[in-house]
Amino acid sequence: MQQEAAIREPLILGNKSYKDITDDVVGPIQGKAPLGWKIMITISSVIAFYGVGCILYLIGTGIGVWGLNKTVGWAWDITNFVWWVGIGHAGTLISAVLLLFRQKWRMAINRSAEAMTIFAVIMAAVFPGIHMGRIWVSYWVLPLPNQFGSLWVNFNSPLLWDVFAISTYFSVSLVFWYIGLIPDFATIRDRMTKPLQKKIYGFLSFGWSGRAKHWTRFEEVSLVLAGIATPLVFSVHSIVSMDFATSVIPGWHTTIFPPYFVSGAVFSGFAMVQTLLLIMRKTMNLENYIHTKHVEYMNIVIIVTGSIVGVAYLTELFISWYSGVEYESYAFINRFSGPYSMSYWIMMTCNVVSPQLFWFKKIRRSLVATFALSIVVNIGMWFERYVIIVTSLHRDFDPSSWGEFHATSIDVGVFVGTLGIFFTLFLLFARFFPVLALNELKTILKSSGEEHKRIQSDGKSNH
Amino acid sequence: MESKKVLHVMYDDDGKLLEAAKQLVAKGIQVKDVYSPFPVHGIDPIIGVKRTRLAIASFMYAMTGTSLALFGMWYFMIQDWPMNIGGKPSFSLIQNLPAFVPVTFEFSVLCGAHGMALTYLLRNGTLPGMPASNPDPRTTDDKFVMEILTEENELDAAALEAAVNDTDLLELSIKEYTA
Repeated sequence: MQQEAAIREPLILGNKSYKDITDDVVGPIQGKAPLGWKIMITISSVIAFYGVGCILYLIGTGIGVWGLNKTVGWAWDITNFVWWVGIGHAGTLISAVLLLFRQKWRMAINRSAEAMTIFAVIMAAVFPGIHMGRIWVSYWVLPLPNQFGSLWVNFNSPLLWDVFAISTYFSVSLVFWYIGLIPDFATIRDRMTKPLQKKIYGFLSFGWSGRAKHWTRFEEVSLVLAGIATPLVFSVHSIVSMDFATSVIPGWHTTIFPPYFVSGAVFSGFAMVQTLLLIMRKTMNLENYIHTKHVEYMNIVIIVTGSIVGVAYLTELFISWYSGVEYESYAFINRFSGPYSMSYWIMMTCNVVSPQLFWFKKIRRSLVATFALSIVVNIGMWFERYVIIVTSLHRDFDPSSWGEFHATSIDVGVFVGTLGIFFTLFLLFARFFPVLALNELKTILKSSGEEHKRIQSDGKSNH
Repeated sequence: MESKKVLHVMYDDDGKLLEAAKQLVAKGIQVKDVYSPFPVHGIDPIIGVKRTRLAIASFMYAMTGTSLALFGMWYFMIQDWPMNIGGKPSFSLIQNLPAFVPVTFEFSVLCGAHGMALTYLLRNGTLPGMPASNPDPRTTDDKFVMEILTEENELDAAALEAAVNDTDLLELSIKEYTA
């Protein structure tokens, strides 16, 4: 059996048995929806409908309803795309990278983090889709035979790499998530008493019975999927960064982009996980499973990735001067002193200064401070993408073509709408799906449960 | 014909199950299967479950993906319609290879992951709409059931029952079935 040092903080608090874990996770699904959930889903679905309306208006009218112009051809749309994809990265990092490193604390948070990944990637995919203008020909991004002499897509272009990266990332994350869900659906199936619910969860559980051979395969599949999802998650945001880095726009054309984007993605993703989980643990009474230690671990990841992002900002700034390229220097001087300097300083404060507060143990372990800072980081990371995209584009080589971007109500509506859709999906997940990987959690109960640890250390001191 | 019987022995702890499995196997009893709510580590070698070869399958699917991606890009970009994009002509696979690395990688991962996931579901027989086959609904909650068949063992049902009753069990159910 797995052993763990007695002085290590327990991951599961209280005196829990296997059955308690099932009850704590499945109980809320069997019970009536709480009032708070009903209020939240009403608000978020109203926002979602507004967003869908904006998107339909945009598709019907054309992307001229956004504030884009000849100079700034990419703005909120791609900012939102990169922001959402970035958020998704935390889920895969938690489920895949932490699995490879055998970090048991991931078990309490991986299920909801993966759900967040999937919903965030769906939201991300909306933006390049509608940015195409004619979404009904979006299948042109695939290498399909056609009547234009079979004109193929350009495999040298990072934009096409992105098509492959995002679709692979989305579908592999979905499969990873669902394979983990199957045994937990089976647990719900076997507990449900109402015939319709039993039937639905029975269908979703694919007839899982928990045989020894199936569990062996399950663990192998999880391990291999984690092994291939790890390079995948790094490749996805590297490719997203190459959308910018391979073009010759000052401010974009830098080799630092892939690692800088990947750590930025993990940084913002963990912030979003904190935002969601701190609410979820409270409303669904999961305080014994997701507690201060988990929050602290995640905050440590936030310090590390936030610091990498901070160093990247300063490196960029230094290199722009050191390179001696006047366009490059100007791009950065313009960033912090030009018309968009406010965005730059918001980004600097939120992303470089605020995560450093987590060096203080009190702040790192405070749930209120974490929640507040996680929202600050989310805002900061949105501004990071906005700064990179808009300030680099709005003043290019030729001053006669300089321009400015101003967001329209549709820009705002579509973005806020995706937030609404995202939260609606997440709330539905929280209501009907097992929000903790409950069967996996049972495997660490004896090594990391509070009561078991106490018994273990008492036993040792008696000898 | 002699009736065949199946014994379902229930335990309330994974440690007790492991101990019992060791005891029974030491007596030469063949344990058909174990139903548990989570993977019980260490049970596989005791009851003789072999290591799965899914990882090898995944590797082969991924290699198929690699070859397909490279072949496709060679055909699209070099063979069928070579173009000069930004002063970088596409006339040779080797020279264009660096630009093909990302898509090759992504497509290999796509094939490796989905191929393995499908193989996993098919080999398990866990597919949409399949009926559950665990003998007791509690085995997906907190109970562990060992399945022993009389036809796989030389001992008869009574002797098996006696051996099983020596272990730290919770419940025992014996059913007849016709195969």
